[in-house]
Order: sequence, then structure tokens, then C-alpha cells
Amino acid sequence: MRRNLSIIIVILMVGMLGVIVSGISFGEPVDHPMDRYFIENSQLESGANNVVTAVLFDYRGFDTLGEAAVLFTAALGTMLVFRRRREE
Amino acid sequence: MQMSSIVRTTADILFPFILIYGFYIVIHGHLTPGGGFQGGAVLASGVLLLLFAYRYNESTRIVKKTVMKTIESGGLLLFIITALSAMLLGAGFFFNWAASGGMIFGDLVAFGSTAANLNTGGLIPIMNLAVGIEVVGAISVILLALLSGIKEKI
Repeated sequence: MRRNLSIIIVILMVGMLGVIVSGISFGEPVDHPMDRYFIENSQLESGANNVVTAVLFDYRGFDTLGEAAVLFTAALGTMLVFRRRREE
Repeated sequence: MQMSSIVRTTADILFPFILIYGFYIVIHGHLTPGGGFQGGAVLASGVLLLLFAYRYNESTRIVKKTVMKTIESGGLLLFIITALSAMLLGAGFFFNWAASGGMIFGDLVAFGSTAANLNTGGLIPIMNLAVGIEVVGAISVILLALLSGIKEKI
């Protein structure tokens, strides 16, 4: 009884989500002025031919710094977990 | 248990080519798809091949954990120092002062989808190199730590 109720609730919520999402158009990005700015100015401002790299390492450098710090912390944590205990 | 000589010879032959390919991806990060993270992962896959083909005691003679720790920390430090170097000139953190300046990595880039040489990008190639060094150090340290956790003699 209770299981059936929960299954019905889940189906209803998924259906509601489907109804809501079906109204949103995917694959049609709006023409934002920021996109045009990056395409037109990133080569001249950063000197890099690859716009993705220009965004990653120049405009959003803090993001890359955080990624590098995350990787550093991951290596640190792995070393901490697999450290060798001194045999006495 | 030791890997067969076919695996070890293949690893020996493939290792320098993997290193060259990874270094190419790192150093051409501002011209072609790729960059520090991707190239560093390719370089670390070469290290993984070496660790896989040889026994732990043999491979740690070549790939030392202390060296990899130093490389990892040095890469992150080089990245932060490169970002801080703009503040010496009075600009903000991460400002790309070397771009189009005529000095090292300072050639001008023509607008549009044109070919450019390696001497462009300002601080971006240096940051790519720093991130690549850091990624190869971090992934090698993780692999070595995981490998040293195995109790059996491999």
C-alpha cells in the first residue's frame, strides 16, 4: 500500500518535471553579448589563438587556480590515506 | 610476478613517444585543442605504463615519489608566481602583461581563424607548462601511493 503510494508520487513528480521541461527549448542558445565579446576580442587581448585556452587561463584564471589546488589536495589526501606506518 | 618481456619491450618503445605527445599537447595549448590538464594526463599515462610493466621496486628506481612530490608542488608554485608577477607591474592578479608585447611569447596574432606561431600568448604558455607539470606530478603521486598500498609482492 505504502510502496504503491510512493511509486504513484514518483511517477506524478517525474511527469510534472517532464511537462515543465518540455516547454524549455534546448539547443538554441540566446545571443548573449558576452559570447560575441570573447570571439571578437580574446585573440587581441590575450594573444592566444585558442579561445578556449584564453578563457581558461586568462579571463577565468581563478577557476584554473582552484582546479589545480583541488588536484593538489587530492594527491595530498591520497598520500595521507596510503601512508606507511613506521614499524616498531 | 613479472610481466612478460613482450609487455616490457612495448612499454620501453612506447614510453618516449607518449612523453613527446604529452609535451606537444602541453606546449601547444594556446594554439590547438588541449592544454596543461590534458597534456599532463597523457604524460601521467606514460608513467602509468612504466609502473604497469615493471615491478614496484624496479619502477620506483626511475619514478621516485619524492621527485614527483617536488614536481607537483613546484608546478603549483610556478602557476601562482606567474599569476602574481602581474602585480609587480601594478596590474591585477592574473593580468596577461606579456601578451602582444613584443618580448618572449609576445608576437601579435592576426584576427580570425589564422595560423599563429608558438611565440604568442603572453603568460598563457607558461601557465600551461606549470599546470602540466603539476598534473603529471599529482597523478604520478596518486598512482605511486595506490601502488605502495598493495601488500603482495608484485
